[in-house]
Amino acid sequence: MFALEPLLETFQTGSGFWNPVIWVVAIIVALLIAVILRGFGNKEYKKKTGQTQAFLSGNPEYEKEQMHIKSSNIYWGFTESLKWVFDSLKKMHTGNVSDYALWFVIVMAILFVVLIMGENLVGAI
Amino acid sequence: MNVADLIALLLQHSPALIVAVPLLGAFITPLISRLNDKVRNVFVILTLGLTASLVFLLASDVFTGNIHTYIFGSQDLALPVVRILFEVDAMSAFMAIISVILSLVAVIYSWSFMKENTGLDKYYTLILLMTAGMLGMELTGDLFNFFVFLEITSISSAALVAFWTNKAKSVEAGFKYIVISTIGALFILFSIALFYGQYNALNMAMIASAIQYTFLDKIALVLLIAALAMKAGVVPMHMWLPDAYGKAPSSITLILVGATQASLYGVFRVCFTIYGGAINLSSISIGWILVILGIITMLLGVAMAIIQTDFKRLIAFGAVAEIGYILLGIGTGLVVMLNPEMTTTGLAAMKGGIFHIMNDALDVGLLFLVAGAIYYATKETSLNKLGGLARNMRYTTVFFIIGLLAISGMPPMNGFASKLLIYESTYQLNPILSIIAILSSIMILAVFVKVFHSAFLGPALPKFENVKEVPKSMLIAMGTIATIIIIFGLFPELIVNNIVEPAANALINYGDYVREVIPSFTGGV
Repeated sequence: MFALEPLLETFQTGSGFWNPVIWVVAIIVALLIAVILRGFGNKEYKKKTGQTQAFLSGNPEYEKEQMHIKSSNIYWGFTESLKWVFDSLKKMHTGNVSDYALWFVIVMAILFVVLIMGENLVGAI
Repeated sequence: MNVADLIALLLQHSPALIVAVPLLGAFITPLISRLNDKVRNVFVILTLGLTASLVFLLASDVFTGNIHTYIFGSQDLALPVVRILFEVDAMSAFMAIISVILSLVAVIYSWSFMKENTGLDKYYTLILLMTAGMLGMELTGDLFNFFVFLEITSISSAALVAFWTNKAKSVEAGFKYIVISTIGALFILFSIALFYGQYNALNMAMIASAIQYTFLDKIALVLLIAALAMKAGVVPMHMWLPDAYGKAPSSITLILVGATQASLYGVFRVCFTIYGGAINLSSISIGWILVILGIITMLLGVAMAIIQTDFKRLIAFGAVAEIGYILLGIGTGLVVMLNPEMTTTGLAAMKGGIFHIMNDALDVGLLFLVAGAIYYATKETSLNKLGGLARNMRYTTVFFIIGLLAISGMPPMNGFASKLLIYESTYQLNPILSIIAILSSIMILAVFVKVFHSAFLGPALPKFENVKEVPKSMLIAMGTIATIIIIFGLFPELIVNNIVEPAANALINYGDYVREVIPSFTGGV
């Protein structure tokens, strides 16, 4: 017969625990509260009337494409302030397959130094 | 013969059948294509469905602690004849489950997604070959055989990445993929030669039992880690990955995620099993190498993702970042494994890393399918040109939200459970590692919130007025992965106890793997 107990077990992480079922119950309770609060809202609100039209301080509404914030503009401040980081990262991604192979050689050389020469050095000391 | 006998017989031969069924299916597919497209599609789905059933049958037995060996050739191991040996422990079965689920979902998705394309007999043949290759890599106990399956996977993957031959960038991505794969495979072959020259053996268990950790063994270790890490998309050798993931059809990208993880499995098999005997000498060095590579992979992956404007390329960099978490978890496990005071931490880290392999495949896979659905509906992948699609594509939007929450490690999704294990265990090793991992997760959330806003929110754009929801087969494929994500998220203890922990123990207790082939072997943790 199907046992329910294993499904409800708390997830033990070694030094902590986590029970997603309780979390889901909490989310459902929060949603119920939100629905109840929404019920107290203004019932005079009419859809598809002047109440729903955008008011841009009397300015004309832009084209739909212009109203949408483009992907490149999101986090603009963040990417602009760390421009030097992103520029160097972009520079690293040349798209040239010879460079891809070069990175492989570099990593192999570093691993060689760490795993072989490093251990021999520690052994000698 | 009754049903129990039949199941026992299938179980006995399942390691061979799991590879043989898709391989045979691959060669039959072009013939069946002559009959009818629908018959061919059904045949491919049934072939992978049968393979999946065999994988689950084998896994159900292996997860109880058994190890299955299957010998092609002489059964007497003492005889010096050519033979190939498949050896399946819980880690192999765990990886095989991931590969077969991804392949099965990909062919269901392809039914509608690739409908308008020509050359689909080749497409499905290559998918089955690729699946056979991945499963072979995961089930084999022979290092040279691993190389052969790696090549089968790489060649079929490269052809599939370049499947849209009318697009120059797809062909370029396929070319880059095959160049990188060949370089990696050559170095793997060289390391196999080093083993064969020293120990006269190609079997992983035999090499593991004989390994002396000589200078040549160290060179072989460097070559294997570097080559397989490149195939797994570890930074800074990841650059082929956004090209290939970004330009392949989305259904193929889903299977490519599995192929990448099969290479990652190779890294773990090498570090834990082949070099298991030398682990006392080098586990801390190898562990720290994996931890550092993991941190760099995480940070660079997420930093590059944040500045992308192409949907699929952005997800590809997100996938790179997720590989970092896997390396961080497994690396932490290796570093603390030999410290008797930190065995619980080590096991938790290993469980976190291994659980995240599956979660990463599901989360990233779902997001790629969503990207494919958007491309199917709009013929657009630039985030700067998308917008307001939530109105027209409601189910796809819901699947994207599930994928977004899961990849960002938001509770109660599956990504949270595995990341929690990784955060807690790495905190015990060094709190800074844990802080970086959490910071990366927050940035991944920011990246995908950007995608959500760019593609799904905003005003309804006139050019997408006639966009409709994608066909049912694509919704079923996305829905299947989304359902697994939710189940894994809600019942992590069940998954970890029954699937992940046996896989972690299989890696740690490498002696059991060796003893299955060489009973006299006395080593092992």
